[in-house]
Amino acid sequence: MRTSRRMWLVFFLGPATVVFATFITYPILSALAFSMYAWEGIGRRGFIGLANFARLFATFPYSGLLVNAFWHNVLVFVVTMLIQNVTALGLAVLLARSPWGTRGYRVVFFLPVMLSLVIVGFLWALFLNPIFGLVNKFLTLAHAGALARPWLGDASTALLTLIVVNAWRWLGFPTIVFLAGINAVPEEYVEAARIDGAGEWDVIRRIIFPLLAPAVTIIVLLTFIGSFNWFELPYIMQGVSGAPNRATDVLSLLFYRTAFGEVDTGLQDIGIGSAIAVLMFALLLTVSAVGAVLLRRREVELA
Amino acid sequence: MICLLVAGFYPAAATGQQPVKLTFWSWRVEDKWAYDKIIQAFQQRNPGIQVEFVPFKATEYNTILSSALTAGKGPDIIHLRAYGGLETFAAPGYIAQLDFDKLPELKTFSRQLLDGARGRKDGKLYGVPFATQSLVIYYNKKIFAQNNLSVPKTWDEFLTVLKTLKDHGVLPLANGGKEGWTLEVMSGVVAPNFYGGTAFYDAVTRGQTSFKDTAYTNALAKMLDLRPYMHPNFMGVDYTTMQQQFINEQAAMFIGGSWEIGFFKAQNKDLDFDIFVAPPSKAGTTPWVSSYNDGNYGVNAKTPYMDAALKFIQFTATREFGQMFTDMLAQLSAVPGVEVRDPILKHVQELSRKATPYIMLVGFRWQAPTGSTLLQSALQGMMAGSKTPEQVGDEVTKGLSAWFEPFQGR
Repeated sequence: MRTSRRMWLVFFLGPATVVFATFITYPILSALAFSMYAWEGIGRRGFIGLANFARLFATFPYSGLLVNAFWHNVLVFVVTMLIQNVTALGLAVLLARSPWGTRGYRVVFFLPVMLSLVIVGFLWALFLNPIFGLVNKFLTLAHAGALARPWLGDASTALLTLIVVNAWRWLGFPTIVFLAGINAVPEEYVEAARIDGAGEWDVIRRIIFPLLAPAVTIIVLLTFIGSFNWFELPYIMQGVSGAPNRATDVLSLLFYRTAFGEVDTGLQDIGIGSAIAVLMFALLLTVSAVGAVLLRRREVELA
Repeated sequence: MICLLVAGFYPAAATGQQPVKLTFWSWRVEDKWAYDKIIQAFQQRNPGIQVEFVPFKATEYNTILSSALTAGKGPDIIHLRAYGGLETFAAPGYIAQLDFDKLPELKTFSRQLLDGARGRKDGKLYGVPFATQSLVIYYNKKIFAQNNLSVPKTWDEFLTVLKTLKDHGVLPLANGGKEGWTLEVMSGVVAPNFYGGTAFYDAVTRGQTSFKDTAYTNALAKMLDLRPYMHPNFMGVDYTTMQQQFINEQAAMFIGGSWEIGFFKAQNKDLDFDIFVAPPSKAGTTPWVSSYNDGNYGVNAKTPYMDAALKFIQFTATREFGQMFTDMLAQLSAVPGVEVRDPILKHVQELSRKATPYIMLVGFRWQAPTGSTLLQSALQGMMAGSKTPEQVGDEVTKGLSAWFEPFQGR
């Protein structure tokens, strides 16, 4: 009995483990190795220990670019938490009360999540085009032409615009997760609270939020990982250089640029690129692990 | 029976084995039709060799090529960029070395173009240059005529033309700043006349001066003169929008490279346009025109069909190839003596007699961070008003000092 169960485990987990090892573990380990070698173009040269890391931290412009990109990732995480996840929580609370047309709303909120990110990026880049884009046209029609600006070309608005587009795309996902969490709260608890004289806000704050903690843990961790691995949307909408003037540069773009080069612009520096990849991996691993432990602690077990 | 079989096989063996099949990788997806025709002409002359042209998306080409070459694979014939873009692959030994003995045709090529096919470290040749590009100003002849304007001879006249157009409600310049490289192109057009062209290029590449030199930063400052004549939201205008504005006659001028001619013509048959080069500050002086080797055809050092591959790139160095290339793609072939039939392209050729190297590409794209990477994002800052030309010069010099020793400590 034991052995056959083990056989089944191997049978089912084996393929996934092999895929994971080849496409995740091996590249991570090879990036770690690459980061400790000298490179000449795409050719690997001698072992140089931590010299690439030293170069990354100590030479202009890499040191500045690294810090710049890191703070952008932090901003992406914080703002996404604030506008995407808080909105999602609000929508979930509203949807949980099953207003008229709940099903319709659920589909509408979730629809952008199913669109390909490439399409979302191209569409919004068109909407935001400063000359013929819908956004500026609409502002002019609404007599708010003074607000019209090159949203993606202005260093002060570019990153925030990308974050908003990203939140538009993803909003449905945390909404559905929170909604499922709220629906899982046993009806008796809510009823008991109501009988004890709790108002609407008290029910949400004292009953629903504490029991929603597992969903919050998942969403916070996924938002964190998503924010620090953020690549596709800025790449599609702004290109690989974090334009304008590094205003939308994030760690993944910086990594991609240094490891693979920019077409007709920059050359690759695989040593520095790998060093960035290793740092990103270490950061994600540590923060996710610590975050998971801390967030789990405040989850309440349902009896 | 056996005799018959042997007789049946014999002729095949006599005329040579299976034809050699070569693959040719490129990033020129839009030029596939032309390359297919050129390859047909080559195959007619060389029946034993078949060549397949396989283009990839330009933005992914380097990544795909790097992975293939490091894995010991890749095509037999490789479309390569020039200068530092060639060095990346040539220095580690992935590209076959060429010389005048193997390809005597190269002896007639201009030295400036061949420099774009050489390794910086060893000075050896690694490819056959295919095109030369110049940076120019396109103008819409109809819009100029409607506003009684003629081609400006000096920088001040140029500014007057821009102002007249703006006063008449026409967008004078299609250019934008969302993609940094289009600003580098703009600097390549505007700056050389003010920093003194090749004399400054020689001095800065020898390390006698740096980009902090006021000659250079004052030249960059001239770009700011153009800012009022670009779209008010130009920082959000990307390359495609720039092209569309000029093609659809929404803008009178477009500062760009000679590679646009074919595309502009194909997109709008009625577009009546020509080019002029950046006007100098004083009338009567011949203006400097930034130009460069656009790229090279090279051979994979590990190809099993070295002779056949060499034969093909030898063909790309002939007048016959150059003529087909120029006629079909409206680009200036690198092969000397090719007759340019397209009137606008001919104009480019005539006006770029006083050519100066496109400064960052030719001189400072050899190692990361490249001069282009540094300049492009700094120029975005400058055009948006958050950096001064002096700060741009500082940043570029400081960034390059990571690998360009003469700039260290400057």
